[in-house]
Amino acid sequence: MIGKIWSWIDDRTGFSDVVMPIMKHVVPDDARWWYVFGSATLCAFIVQVLTGIALAMVYVPGGDAAYESLKYITEDATLGFIVRGMHYYGATAMVMMAVIHMTQVFLHASYKYPREMNWMSGVVLLFVVLGMAFTGQLLRWDANGVWSVMVAAEMAGRVPFIGEYIAHFILGGETVGGSTLSRFFAIHVFILPGLIFAGIGLHMWLILRHGISEMPKKNQPVEPETYKENYEKRLHKTGVPFWPDAMWRDVIFSTIVVGVILACSIFIGPPALGPSPDPANIHANPMPDWYFWWYFAVLSMLPPALETYIILGSPVLGFVILFVLPLLSNKGQRAPSQRPWAVGTVIFGATAFIVLTIYGYLKPWSPDFDVKPLPPEIVKSNDPKIQEGALLVHQKGCLYCHDIDGYGGHRGPVLSDIGSRLDRGELVIRISNGGYNMPSFAASLTAVEMDKMVDFLLTRTDHPQEEEKADN
Amino acid sequence: MSEQSEQPQTAGEDDRRGFFAKVSIILSAVIGAGITLPGLGFVLAPVFARPKQSWRRIGKVDDYEIGKTVTVEFRDDVSVKWAGVTAMTGAWLRRVSEKDFIAFSINCRHLGCPVNWVADAKLFMCPCHGGVYYEDGDVAAGPPPEPLARYEVRIKDGFVEIETSSVPLTTNDQV
Ligand code: FES
Repeated sequence: MIGKIWSWIDDRTGFSDVVMPIMKHVVPDDARWWYVFGSATLCAFIVQVLTGIALAMVYVPGGDAAYESLKYITEDATLGFIVRGMHYYGATAMVMMAVIHMTQVFLHASYKYPREMNWMSGVVLLFVVLGMAFTGQLLRWDANGVWSVMVAAEMAGRVPFIGEYIAHFILGGETVGGSTLSRFFAIHVFILPGLIFAGIGLHMWLILRHGISEMPKKNQPVEPETYKENYEKRLHKTGVPFWPDAMWRDVIFSTIVVGVILACSIFIGPPALGPSPDPANIHANPMPDWYFWWYFAVLSMLPPALETYIILGSPVLGFVILFVLPLLSNKGQRAPSQRPWAVGTVIFGATAFIVLTIYGYLKPWSPDFDVKPLPPEIVKSNDPKIQEGALLVHQKGCLYCHDIDGYGGHRGPVLSDIGSRLDRGELVIRISNGGYNMPSFAASLTAVEMDKMVDFLLTRTDHPQEEEKADN
Repeated sequence: MSEQSEQPQTAGEDDRRGFFAKVSIILSAVIGAGITLPGLGFVLAPVFARPKQSWRRIGKVDDYEIGKTVTVEFRDDVSVKWAGVTAMTGAWLRRVSEKDFIAFSINCRHLGCPVNWVADAKLFMCPCHGGVYYEDGDVAAGPPPEPLARYEVRIKDGFVEIETSSVPLTTNDQV
């Protein structure tokens, strides 16, 4: 009976005739574990679609209710905590897998003839995925997400001539508000996913059309004239059917990825919702999701003159370079051992990413608003004048930017031994006039306050004992 | 007609085909325009909307101490009904003298982050990239290219009022 039903379905749908040959298409037998990242990206996308649909059934994309509905999902809804967590970690997994997949394809030069378009469609997909990550952050509708969008709109506003229009288009008005949220919602759940579906369709079709690339071999450079023929020949001799000979590795790896996503959402949970997006709450400290920290760091370190060009130019340039890469070099060696520049680029890129990410996390350019006053064991003085000076250094905000023996921010130079570097006159001038990136304090300090502060700063030397003796 | 030769007949057939092809393409374009244009206009409308402005009552004049800078909240005029808490905008308000008030936008002119007022140092500081402004809003340090934006403030019937207006983008030359 079941057999009969199945053969009816099979006949009418053509599963055995059409789908099975696709599943069983022959792939090189050396593909192995290197090739599991693409399917893992797809798997993470499926996680996103399913959890996203589930979330959309409860989430309200309205400025007045979004935050509350997210709170409800996180705190009260059955399994809501896990679903939201999966959507968050799924996004992380998707970004990570896409980048790793791309790095692998780049290292093995699989983008060369005839697979140029596979790579190009992949580059478009990557940027769409980043767009998903970014729009998703606003849907959280907490202070952090809202301010991040403000920052993005300001960046867009710097486009010459039409910047303001673009910014107002993004925001759906003049400021971040109810219309911004529904706009981002539509982009996040309709437009970008539509693009991703279409992009994945094209990407997969191209894989079937050109076949999965072989592991690069040193004596096997790509010659467009003969490549296809030789590839077919080798495939004929040594190829294996994708299902099940090659696919089992993809399935195992994807199982691990889903397992990790699930484990993270169960044991760590979704990111805590920040304070609600009250624009009057100025004590927000906007910070993007971790995969954008590197860019955040870049933004902070730019010299103002270059800023606009880099803010606007680098994403466009990055996209263009990646996109046209296979057109610039589509034949020749594929083996990493023969392509030192490619390996170098990957190492450089990865290092820059890690260093900038750490830097973005530490935010040394940001004033440290939470810094505590200096404790007595650091002030090390019984002189009330000096003690008051130490207190002033905190009150006047010096410590927000300057570090003294481990207390304070890192925007300005460390002041732990400033007393040995500058004398009284120099200190007074420096504090009253300010200087490169330092405000002038002339207007906000009385002469007495200045005196006390300088007295205190002069005790900050690298040989405090001598100083004390000299004083006595 | 058909007796003359086979050529004209095929030519007529081709004409027919060509005509249908043209009609189909043109009509498809019409359908496309009919479907997309209203939606496009709807979506683009906010880009060209002229900002609304009105005076918002903040609080009694006597509630504010001379020389103090405090945060105030008021309803933004451009917001939609369902904006919830984001309908509100914040500002830094300072009473300068008996009769004078200044209101600064809380948005940093670098990339829009909320600036904090540090009273003892008499500075506005931005948490994002370390922008610092003096008490009059001028740039003291860091990346901001321009002074903090200000709102119009007036006193009416013993109340402080702020004119709602959108905070200009850093590059907005209409400021
Ligand atoms: S947004 Fe204020 S310094 Fe960048």
